[in-house]
Amino acid sequence: MAERKHTLSVLVENTPGALARIAGLFSGRGFNIDSLCVAETLDPTLSHLTLVTYGDDQIIEQILKQLRRLVDVYKVVDVTEEGEFVEREMALIKVRAEKETRAEVLRMCDIFRCKVVDVSPRTYTIEVTGPQSKLEAVIELLKPIGIKEIVRTGVIAMKRERKSP
Amino acid sequence: MGKTMTGAQIIVESLKREGVEVIFGYPGGAVIDIYDELYKTPEIKHVLVRHEQGAAHAADGFARSTGKVGVCLVTSGPGATNTVTGIATAYMDSIPVVILTGQVPTKLIGNDAFQEVDITGITRPCTKHNFLVKRTEDLPRILKAAFHIARTGRPGPVLVDLPKDVQQGKAEFHWPEEIRLRSYNPVYDPHPRQVERAYRLLESATRPVILVGGGVISSGAHEEVRELAEGLHLPVTRTLMGLGGFPGTHPQSLGMLGMHGTYYANMAVANSDLILAVGARFDDRVTGKVDAFAPMAKIIHIDIDPTSIQKNVRVDVPIVGDCKRALEKLLQIVTEVARPEKIWKEQFKEWWEQIEIWKKRYPLSYKQEGETIKPQYVIEKLYELTKGKAIISTEVGQNQMWTAQYYKFDQPRTLITSGGLGTMGFGFPAAIGAQMGNPDKLVIDVAGDGSIQMNIQEMATAMDQGLPIKIIILNNGYLGMVRQWQELFYERRYSAVKFQVIPDFVKLAEAYGALGLRATKVDEVEPVLKQALESKRLTLVDIHIAPEEGVFPMVPAGRATTEMILV
Ligand SMILES: Cc1cc2nc3c(=O)[nH]c(=O)nc-3n(C[C@H](O)[C@H](O)[C@H](O)COP(=O)(O)OP(=O)(O)OC[C@H]3O[C@@H](n4cnc5c(N)ncnc54)[C@H](O)[C@@H]3O)c2cc1C
Ligand SMILES: Cc1ncc(C[n+]2csc(CCOP(=O)(O)OP(=O)(O)O)c2C)c(N)n1
Repeated sequence: MAERKHTLSVLVENTPGALARIAGLFSGRGFNIDSLCVAETLDPTLSHLTLVTYGDDQIIEQILKQLRRLVDVYKVVDVTEEGEFVEREMALIKVRAEKETRAEVLRMCDIFRCKVVDVSPRTYTIEVTGPQSKLEAVIELLKPIGIKEIVRTGVIAMKRERKSP
Repeated sequence: MGKTMTGAQIIVESLKREGVEVIFGYPGGAVIDIYDELYKTPEIKHVLVRHEQGAAHAADGFARSTGKVGVCLVTSGPGATNTVTGIATAYMDSIPVVILTGQVPTKLIGNDAFQEVDITGITRPCTKHNFLVKRTEDLPRILKAAFHIARTGRPGPVLVDLPKDVQQGKAEFHWPEEIRLRSYNPVYDPHPRQVERAYRLLESATRPVILVGGGVISSGAHEEVRELAEGLHLPVTRTLMGLGGFPGTHPQSLGMLGMHGTYYANMAVANSDLILAVGARFDDRVTGKVDAFAPMAKIIHIDIDPTSIQKNVRVDVPIVGDCKRALEKLLQIVTEVARPEKIWKEQFKEWWEQIEIWKKRYPLSYKQEGETIKPQYVIEKLYELTKGKAIISTEVGQNQMWTAQYYKFDQPRTLITSGGLGTMGFGFPAAIGAQMGNPDKLVIDVAGDGSIQMNIQEMATAMDQGLPIKIIILNNGYLGMVRQWQELFYERRYSAVKFQVIPDFVKLAEAYGALGLRATKVDEVEPVLKQALESKRLTLVDIHIAPEEGVFPMVPAGRATTEMILV
């Protein structure tokens, strides 16, 4: 069976053990985590977690069931299976920017609508936001110039509302 | 307005409200306040064990034999870590237990304080849920939730960690009569359409088998299984954990299936065209090589835990819900459709003829040789003398498998055995729990000479409580089950399976003040067992059995269940 990437949206009780339980579930059962993003929701007693994982259909089914089985887990949605969704990730990229490359980096920022958020004589720090594919494109293009450091947030996602009423 | 109480008082009061009659435990500095309250609470009986592992297994044995939640209380640090094997044992077999552990004061948590251990962290993967209580006023709500979570849905152990300052602090006591956890809602009622589909598959089947698992015992669905099997003339096989979920002496019983199951149960399952699995989780000891498991069968799977379904085998009709309710629904359809019994019988006539051939070809058997005692004979005699009415706990290994094969188990909750984790040293402390919960019943631990030594210190506990448990050691002088694997698969290289020193078990029993008996020849077995069963005291029987007797049939690990080694 083919492995596929799935983005899961999980609402959990905002209790101290909840995140550890989810992380432990993935490591204990040998499931994969590509990225994990956690934050509060409008309801302060619940946290929202976006989790990107991959596996064949049977494994994804087990992951969903195992997550739902946790006493602290309120709701699990496999966003990938729910139709269209918006997916965003942010990265901060510190790129080498010396005399000859400074202009080129700025040009690239312009094309991809990235922001320069920190400047030093030898580096620019760039903020880039978008779907994962965009982040990867930017990173690939900056690599030959010289990336010194990258920090990524991991993906967050939200289901799209239907356009017609 | 609730009464103002200390945390320790609230804990004990909450246990009373939950109807707790007995606690198995061991004191220490971090729970001394709770012990002080227990001192003043004669309604709750405390059983002081000799090792906290024993307390956890005893609470588990109490739960398995009574269907109630077992409770265990231990101190922080080493007291808590000593229960971990017991917790994991209960977790693997889905047994409802609440473990209360002391903890260092909240201010000191994380400081490597004296006897501090992160027990909620340690037990996260082997509890159904756990709690660290941070405030005294949260105690009633959390304790109520702990019992609720332990006993509902797929049961399991729940640990509550109780920092010392939470026990000593004060709060108003409010007992929540109702509990609702928005994130925890087990599904009991099956989907009606799925049950209908299941019925239709039964109508069109020609070679069906019911597979009874531990879920039948925990949901109390044994009567429904029987009614369905008898009404539709279906053969029934049972997992180790399902023994007693359908009477072993019933003419439609095929006995246990799997690695050490009967030839005919494994053949029937392998050749079936429909399996109705009720509260069983298709463990690898049951399926053998999964790809070769019941290749022609459609599978209907009733289980309260969706993760059990479709985990190891593909399922055609998943039914998420309680076994009892699902079978009730199914029986309702059977009644409504009112297909004449004759038709059902006719439909499975050929199938039963085939099963009878398998049954005759290889029944369970062993060879009596001279004066040596065969373990199978001991269990057969035990069954005969107790008329199958005892509660039997087992240790792990060959002793466990011979018991599963030769003691027929007609009633639910009469076999207390560690199936999923296979914990040596479980049987005897579990028997203590079972005897505490069933003071009027005969409780027997069938043991190996290896396993019994893992928690033999609990003999003192049984003596303290005046429990007339019978320990039957099938003494082969080996770690027999491992030896059997070495014999069959490692060219008899008997590595580390023979103890140089085995204690004189009879003297050991006497040292504890118990009765010790021994049998070394076959004709001594019956009189010695009789004497033991008549004894009103804790009694240990050391039975010297044929040292290299094996458990057969046997499906080698990872092979198809039809590839059995027969003798
Ligand atoms: C040495 C050794 C040898 C063994 N050999 C064998 C062997 O030959 N054959 C064998 O069968 N086993 C054998 N076992 C045991 C094996 O390891 C498993 O423990 C056992 O097969 C599991 O039984 P089960 O499928 O009934 O599941 P259990 O572990 O009893 O699980 C119960 C299932 O029922 C569900 N359930 C619980 N409550 C309810 C409810 N109210 N309604 C619906 N569903 C519910 C649970 O979600 C779970 O899926 C052996 C063990 C040892 C140690
Ligand atoms: C705590 C623990 N340690 C190790 C094992 C591995 N093991 C399984 S069966 C067995 C041998 C058991 O020997 P004994 O209790 O004498 O019983 P027998 O098989 O001889 O009946 C061992 C060591 C286990 N199941 N549990």
